[in-house]
Amino acid sequence: MIGEELIQFLISGLTIGSIYALVGLGFSLIYNASDVVNFAQGEFVMIGAMSAIFLHAWGLPYFLAIVFAVIISMLVGMALEKLAIERARNATVVTTIIITIGASIFLRGAALLIWGKEIYGFPPISGEDPIKLGNITILPQSLYVISGTFLFVFLLRFFFQKTIIGKAILACSYNKKAAYLMGIEVKRMLLLAYGISALLGGIAGVLIAPITYMTYGSGVMLGLKGFCASILGGMGNSMGAVIGGLLLGAVESLGAGLISSGYKDAISFFIILIVLFFRPTGLFGKRGLERV
Amino acid sequence: MKRLIGLYIFGLTGIALGALFPDNYYVSVVGSTAFFHIILAIALNLFMGYAGQISLGHAAFFGIGAYSSAFFTTNYGLNPYIALIIGLCITFFLASCLARPILSLKGHYLAMATLGLGIIVHIFLVQEEGITGGPDGMSNIPVLSILGFPLDSDIKWYFFLLAITCGAILISLNIGASRMGRALKAIHGSEIAAECLGIDTATVKAQIFVLSALITSFVGSLFAHQQAFISPDSCSFFFSIELVTMVVLGGLGSTFGAVFGALILTLLPEVLVHFEELEVIIYGAILMAIMIFLPKGVFVSLCEAVNRRL
Repeated sequence: MIGEELIQFLISGLTIGSIYALVGLGFSLIYNASDVVNFAQGEFVMIGAMSAIFLHAWGLPYFLAIVFAVIISMLVGMALEKLAIERARNATVVTTIIITIGASIFLRGAALLIWGKEIYGFPPISGEDPIKLGNITILPQSLYVISGTFLFVFLLRFFFQKTIIGKAILACSYNKKAAYLMGIEVKRMLLLAYGISALLGGIAGVLIAPITYMTYGSGVMLGLKGFCASILGGMGNSMGAVIGGLLLGAVESLGAGLISSGYKDAISFFIILIVLFFRPTGLFGKRGLERV
Repeated sequence: MKRLIGLYIFGLTGIALGALFPDNYYVSVVGSTAFFHIILAIALNLFMGYAGQISLGHAAFFGIGAYSSAFFTTNYGLNPYIALIIGLCITFFLASCLARPILSLKGHYLAMATLGLGIIVHIFLVQEEGITGGPDGMSNIPVLSILGFPLDSDIKWYFFLLAITCGAILISLNIGASRMGRALKAIHGSEIAAECLGIDTATVKAQIFVLSALITSFVGSLFAHQQAFISPDSCSFFFSIELVTMVVLGGLGSTFGAVFGALILTLLPEVLVHFEELEVIIYGAILMAIMIFLPKGVFVSLCEAVNRRL
C-alpha cells in the first residue's frame, strides 16, 4: 500500500525533522540575541550525544548521564560566547561566520582527541522493539524524539513569554541599547542565550543518538540541516525554524523513500533553493528594509 | 608602476625561489598547491571582497572544471584544452543561469543558497558513479602540455602556475582600479546607494559572480591535470569553507590579502602535520584567534599598522 508507505516515511521524517527543529531553534535563538549565525551549533549536538554515550559507558545511570551531557553541552556553548563571540562584538557577518566555523573545527578537534574516530551507539530510552500499527512500524525512540521536541519547544515559548529572564533576553534581541538602559544586563543575557541554544543542541544530541550512530564528525551535517531549517522558516523566527525543521525532515524522508536515498540531502537543499528563489527571506521571514 | 609593485615583488620572489631550490619539496610541491589556492582565493575575493557578497559553495565550480577535464580527456580522449573549454562552458551556463536568482538574496540567505549549490554538486559527483567514478574519483588524467612542451615535473608546473598566478593578480588589480571595480565597491558599501548612483547592481553582481566562477573552474581543470587524479573530496563543502577562510584571513577586498591568506592556509597544515592528533584543534584555535584579534584580516591589519608608523 502506497498510503502506508507514505505514513511510514512521514513518521521517520518527523523524527529527524524534530532534531532539525531543535537545532534550528538554537540557530534562531543565537541569531536573535547576537546577530551571529553560529556554525558551531551542530557540534553542540555531537557533544551532547558523545558525552551521554561516554558518561553512560563509565557507569553513570542512563538519565543522569543524559542530564550531565546536556549540561556539558550548555557549558561549552557559554564558553564559546564568553571566550570568542563576546571579544568579537563589532565584527562583520563574514568574520563572525569564520569565527564560529573556527570554533566548530576546534570542538571537532577536541572531540577527536577525547573520543577518537570510532563510531558509537547509545541505547534508546525504553525498548528496542518497534511498535506495530497494521503495516506501519514505529521505533519507541521516535516517539520520544517527537514528543521531547514538542515539550521543549513549548517550555521555551513559556520561558520567553512568561518569565522575566526570558522577556529580558527577548528585549536584548529587539534593541540592545534600550534593553541596557532598562537595567537589563545585556552581557549576561547573551551568555544565557548561548547556553540555552547549546542546551537545545545537547538535548537534540541525546535524543537522536540511539537512532543514528555518532562519531566526532556527526555534528557537521546536523548543524547544516539546522541552519537550513532556520533559513527555511525565516532567520530569527523561532516558530518558523521549528516548522522549517519538521518540513525539511518530511521532505527529506519522502525524497529518500520515493526518489533516491543517495540524493536525500541534495533534495532538501534543492527545495530550499527553490523556496529562496520565490521567497528570498524564507517562508515566514519578514522582508527587511535596507537603510542607506 | 607603483600600483603593480606588489605584483613584481611577488613574481620575482616566485622566480627566485623556483630557480634557487628547484628540487625542494616545499618550493615545487607546496608552492604549486599554494599557487592553486592563491588563484582561487583571488577569484573568490573578486566576489566576496570587492562586491561584498558571500559564497559558501565555490568548490562546486572547482569541481565542475576538474571533472569536465577528467571526464572528457579520459573517456573520450579529447584534447585537454577542449575539455577545459567545455568545463568553462558548463560553468558559464550554470553560473549565469543561477546568478540572478541567487544574487537577489542577501546575507545569511545568500550564504545558505551558495552552500546548497555546493552541496548539491558534491552529492552529484559522489552519486553518479557512471560519470564521475563515485567516491573513488577518476584517475589517469593525461599530462597537460603547452605548445608541445609537456608539464611532466613538479618544477615545470611550479613555473607554469606562477605565470598564471601573476596573470590572475594582474586581472584582479586591474578590475579593482576599473569602472567595474568602483561599481563593485559602491555595491559593497550600500546596494541601494549604488543603485541611486545609476549602477545596474544586478548585472554587475552577476558579471563578477560569473567571472569568479569561470576562474575557479579553470583552476579546477588545471588541478585535475596536475594531480592526474580527482575525487569528490577535493570539491567538498569543507573546501568551499577553506577558500572563504583564505579570503577573510588575509583581509577582504585586498588582492594581496587573498594571496597572503592562501599562503597561510597552505603552509599551516604542512606545519601542523607534525602535531598529528592535535592538528585539527590547533587549526581551529588559530583560525578563531586570528579572526577575533585581527577581524580585518592579517594582511590588511599589517598594512594599516605599517601606514600608521610611516
